[in-house]
Amino acid sequence: MLTRSLVLSAILFGLGVAGVVVRRNAIILFMCIELMLNAVNLAFVALSRAAGIEGQIFVFFVMTVAAAEAAVGLAIIISIFRHAETVDMKNFNLLRW
Amino acid sequence: MEHAGFRPVLLGLIVLLPLAGFVINGAVALLAPARKRIVTWAGPGVLALAFALALVNFFGMLGVELEQAIVRDYWSWMPVGNLEVAAALQLDQLSMLMTLIVTGVSFVIHVYSVGYMGDDPGYARYFAYLNLFVFFMLVLVLGANFPVMFVGWEGVGLCSYLLIGFWFRDREKADAGKKAFIVNRIGDLGFMVAMLLLFTNLGSLDFEEVFRAAPATLAYGGALVTTITLFLFLGATGKSAQIPLYIWLPDAMAGPTPVSALIHAATMVTAGVYMVARTGVLFALAPVSMIVVAGIGALTALFAATIGLAQYDIKKVLAYSTVSQLGYMFLAVGVGAFGTGMFHLMTHAFFKALLFRGSGAVIHAVHGAFHHTHKEWDPQDMRNMGGLRHYLPLTWIVMWIGTLAISGVWPFAGFFSKDEIIWQAAARAVGPFAPWFTAFWAMAIAAAVLTAFYMTRLMIMTFHGEIRCGAAECTHLHEVPAVMSLPLVVLAGLSTVGGWVNMPHAIAELPVLGWLPSAEWIHAWLEPAVRPAEAILGPRLGALNEAAPLGGGEAFWAAVAFALAVVVIGVGSSVVLRWKYRPALESLEPVGLKKVLYRKWYVDEAYETLIVRPVVATSRALWRLVDEALIDNVLVNGAGYTSRAFGWAGSRLQTGQLNTYAFAVVLGALILLGFMLL
Amino acid sequence: MQALLDAIGYSTWVVHFLVFFPTAGMLLVLLGAENRAKHVAFWIALLEFVVSVPLWFSFNTASGSFQFAGQADWIPAWGVHYAVGIDGIGLLLVLLTTFLAPLTILGSFRYIDRREKAFYAMMLLLQTGILGVFVALDLFLFFVFWEVMLVPMYFIIGVWGGERRIYAAIKFFLYTALGSLLMLVAILYLFFKYRALTGNVSFGYFELLQVPLTFREQFWLFAAFALAFAIKVPVFPFHTWLPDAHVEAPTPGSVVLAAVLLKLGAFGFLRFLLPFFPQAATDSRIVLLLLVLGLIGIIYAAWVAAVQPDAKKLVAYTSVAHMGFVVLGIFALTQQGVQGAMLVMLSHGASTGALFLLVGMLYERRHTRLSGDFGGLGAVMPAFATIFMITALTSIGLPGTSGFVGEFLSLLGTFQTHPWVAMLGATGVIFAAYYMLPMVQRIWFNEIDRPENRELPDLSRRELAVLVPLVVIMLWMGVYPKPFLERSEVTVAELLERVEARRISTPSLLATFAAPPAGAAERAGD
Repeated sequence: MLTRSLVLSAILFGLGVAGVVVRRNAIILFMCIELMLNAVNLAFVALSRAAGIEGQIFVFFVMTVAAAEAAVGLAIIISIFRHAETVDMKNFNLLRW
Repeated sequence: MEHAGFRPVLLGLIVLLPLAGFVINGAVALLAPARKRIVTWAGPGVLALAFALALVNFFGMLGVELEQAIVRDYWSWMPVGNLEVAAALQLDQLSMLMTLIVTGVSFVIHVYSVGYMGDDPGYARYFAYLNLFVFFMLVLVLGANFPVMFVGWEGVGLCSYLLIGFWFRDREKADAGKKAFIVNRIGDLGFMVAMLLLFTNLGSLDFEEVFRAAPATLAYGGALVTTITLFLFLGATGKSAQIPLYIWLPDAMAGPTPVSALIHAATMVTAGVYMVARTGVLFALAPVSMIVVAGIGALTALFAATIGLAQYDIKKVLAYSTVSQLGYMFLAVGVGAFGTGMFHLMTHAFFKALLFRGSGAVIHAVHGAFHHTHKEWDPQDMRNMGGLRHYLPLTWIVMWIGTLAISGVWPFAGFFSKDEIIWQAAARAVGPFAPWFTAFWAMAIAAAVLTAFYMTRLMIMTFHGEIRCGAAECTHLHEVPAVMSLPLVVLAGLSTVGGWVNMPHAIAELPVLGWLPSAEWIHAWLEPAVRPAEAILGPRLGALNEAAPLGGGEAFWAAVAFALAVVVIGVGSSVVLRWKYRPALESLEPVGLKKVLYRKWYVDEAYETLIVRPVVATSRALWRLVDEALIDNVLVNGAGYTSRAFGWAGSRLQTGQLNTYAFAVVLGALILLGFMLL
Repeated sequence: MQALLDAIGYSTWVVHFLVFFPTAGMLLVLLGAENRAKHVAFWIALLEFVVSVPLWFSFNTASGSFQFAGQADWIPAWGVHYAVGIDGIGLLLVLLTTFLAPLTILGSFRYIDRREKAFYAMMLLLQTGILGVFVALDLFLFFVFWEVMLVPMYFIIGVWGGERRIYAAIKFFLYTALGSLLMLVAILYLFFKYRALTGNVSFGYFELLQVPLTFREQFWLFAAFALAFAIKVPVFPFHTWLPDAHVEAPTPGSVVLAAVLLKLGAFGFLRFLLPFFPQAATDSRIVLLLLVLGLIGIIYAAWVAAVQPDAKKLVAYTSVAHMGFVVLGIFALTQQGVQGAMLVMLSHGASTGALFLLVGMLYERRHTRLSGDFGGLGAVMPAFATIFMITALTSIGLPGTSGFVGEFLSLLGTFQTHPWVAMLGATGVIFAAYYMLPMVQRIWFNEIDRPENRELPDLSRRELAVLVPLVVIMLWMGVYPKPFLERSEVTVAELLERVEARRISTPSLLATFAAPPAGAAERAGD
């Protein structure tokens, strides 16, 4: 049971990573990040049965952070869209140098 | 230390008076340059008072057997560890004599300047500088230790700089001032190093202390004392314009003529001679240094005289003549005849101040005449003069007196002092260095002949023969006003009788030449001051020569020199009168040896090429190559460039695309994972 | 006078006041109005100076220990104290700083024409940093002030500077930071060594002074400290930040930089290098190296200065030459040498500060600093010319001015231990004339060949108020330097004695801890 849960978590995480690396659309990047977070949540929950209740507590923290991140992140995406009328990240390289 | 019979009267005030004059005139110069009346009274006035005070002290000292210098400590100047330097003045026979000369001649020249500089807009500034100069000169001669003397030493250099460049809007004059200062500073370096050596080895810089400790501490003829005295002499060559540092003095003639008379003939330039006499104890301990001093003196006397033969600028002739006469003084102190050197210093102060001011009167008149008719001729070039005796009779007469004095014609002042120098060089040619002194003696006689000739040439070109300044201009030639002529007459008088105070016994005993009063007064007066040096020299020299190298005693050679001078003046007059001069603009450049002399043996050019230009070029190279290129660009900015290069390389990895970064993160995570698994 | 001072407990609070009053003043400036900023800052600096004056009189010249001291815990866990005190060396430099501050601020009234509030706030903060360095008796505290001082200077150059101000500011900052980082490492080394030996923690000056060091340790620590200070002095070849910083900095920045900041390096030599690392500091090879670098500074900087067309840059290079005399004097390790170095510092503070002010005033009139753009100004501005001349002559060490006394004493001191170095150093008197006189001539003499130079106004009353005190101090120190010399005499003598004593045998820490350290006892007594 544990193994299966962890494998699922790993697969989900891998999907998230692949999405962040490959995709360009900001919304999709965002969703991929959420996917990774939730993959970790799954691993926490699965492990909490063996290791103790702390894992489940952490899940709540992660969800809170994810919610906050979603709020800020979406706000940024919206302001980017307003500014450039696109959310395709290949058009943005302001972080360069 | 304090002598029962004599207390100096207001010694500090003698020094302070000119300083007060400087403050007053300086304030006027800055605040109200038009208030010339104040300056006219304050400038010469303080000097009159100072001279009076000096006289009071002098007469106070006259009857007293003052064995030691009287030292007045005013305040502790530089007390550090075992160094104790006081701001102190000392009065002894030597400094008394110098103080009299300095205040006396200065006073006369201040009065003369009232007339000479009367129309100058910088009148107040001029007197401020002049007063400041006298202040520093008095500090120099009265200072009781080396550092205080050095204050005066550099201070007079500063004033000389300011006064040479007095008309500073003229680039050439400003350049001359700068040259004087820098060349003098080379000499000052010598003075400074000598002080360092003295303190390190004797533990004091007070004259009294040093001269007392020196004979015991410093080995006679040792390397140390020789080094010290040679450095001191380097200082003297700078200030007193001897080879190799004489080059600034002829250029210094760019200053107003009274300045040339006061600073560059009568007082400041003799400071080196005074210094050697003052430190006579040290020089007496260093026979090699004495040879060098005497040798440089004799060489300079001869060398400068040759240049004086071919100059056309009246002040340049006098300038080289000054260099030459200073050479005589160094010859005197170099052979150990300190009193004789001081004697010539004194008579020279009289007749050279007279000659300079006479030339000033000539220039004043000629300049005024050219100015009137707007003629753009050089008022100092003797080729533009000639026949001036008809227009400037008084100047003509006093200038002839000066010429006779400098040429050594009996009974004028220079005869006694110069012939004594020549005689001393011969008489003291004993001991291991005798051949050297004999050679110097011969050079001195040769220089005396040249002196008589170039002075005769100067007189004839200026005052005799046909008038070359132009008919229209002649009507505007005027004799100087009373305020200028009176000082001339006073100095002419002194140039005539000034030598009588120190007539040698040998001459005093002669039937014809010897009827004049007073004998060897200067020697008697200075005897206590030079005694310590004589005490070292005397036993080592042993008996002096009774006869010159070619035979004949002092009186014989005095007669010979007199005869030579008269013959040269007589023959020279008729020769020069026959030479046809044309006004400067119509004249051709001299050729052959005359050109070499006219160009002053190309010494200035040599210095320019060998020293000045390389130094400037090196400076530029250091700035551009070492400072900017090597240190700043290669090392300092190089470090910056290197780190920037790394940064640039790293920045290539940054695309600004989120995906790339995410990919890098994943890659990194995988690598870490891989390590952990392995 | 003394009774009054005692009544108000002057000696207990004066140092703290001097250090922190400028910071308080900074807040006042920031809270006030923009157009009043300069006046507020001026009065604050003047008050600071007035308060500092009694230091001069109530300083006990017979004692070489730290006076007016005070101490409080700051970070007890690390043994960091707020400990301050003034000895003879610090006294003169503190007074130099407080004396120059109001003059500098007064001199910048016209030059600084934008962001005045920020500027004067920075000037006051800078003063806190500088004074803190001079009085700190705790190495941590010292380091903090050392860095505090860096920041305002960085902004003063970077914000109010000339065209290449950013370059100059960054260069200045990086140079100094490089040195101070190494110094921090060295301080930490001392700290940990002390902890290892005694089990206690302390950054206290007197405590760390007791740390016994092998020659090898001393060498490396000496090198780290010396680099920091040598950059500040600056010693050739670490000097190239200085011309850039000086030229780009606004006039008041240059003045503070030259007059006070450069002294910090030399101060560090005296306060830290000599007593902490006596064996290294007296090692003949190291001494010779430093003396030769000082000598190169004197001659090299003079030559480079001589060919500078920019008057301000010329003055900047002359600073390097002057500080060469300071290095010479200090590492002569003789009484005359060190005291001469002190006097050169004071004299240089007055004369070079004045020269920068004067060049700045010329710049305000003509907006150029190239000496070739002037000429003949002596006839146009006689008072200006007079003061410039006096200052220039002080700078080249004419006897009768402060420049001579300092140079002469430091050369005299050097000559006793290293005659050849002193003799070569003495050639500096020639080269000083070689760089200064042509510049004077180009600006003040010659024909007035540019019409715009014909009508320049002479010094205003405000400018005279700035310059006259400086001229007075230059002449005072030249004619009667004794008061200055006697205030540092005992401190320097004791310093040299201590170096000499510890050079022979570095005391064992355990032995000295049986009895309380000498300095600590004195400090408790004050």
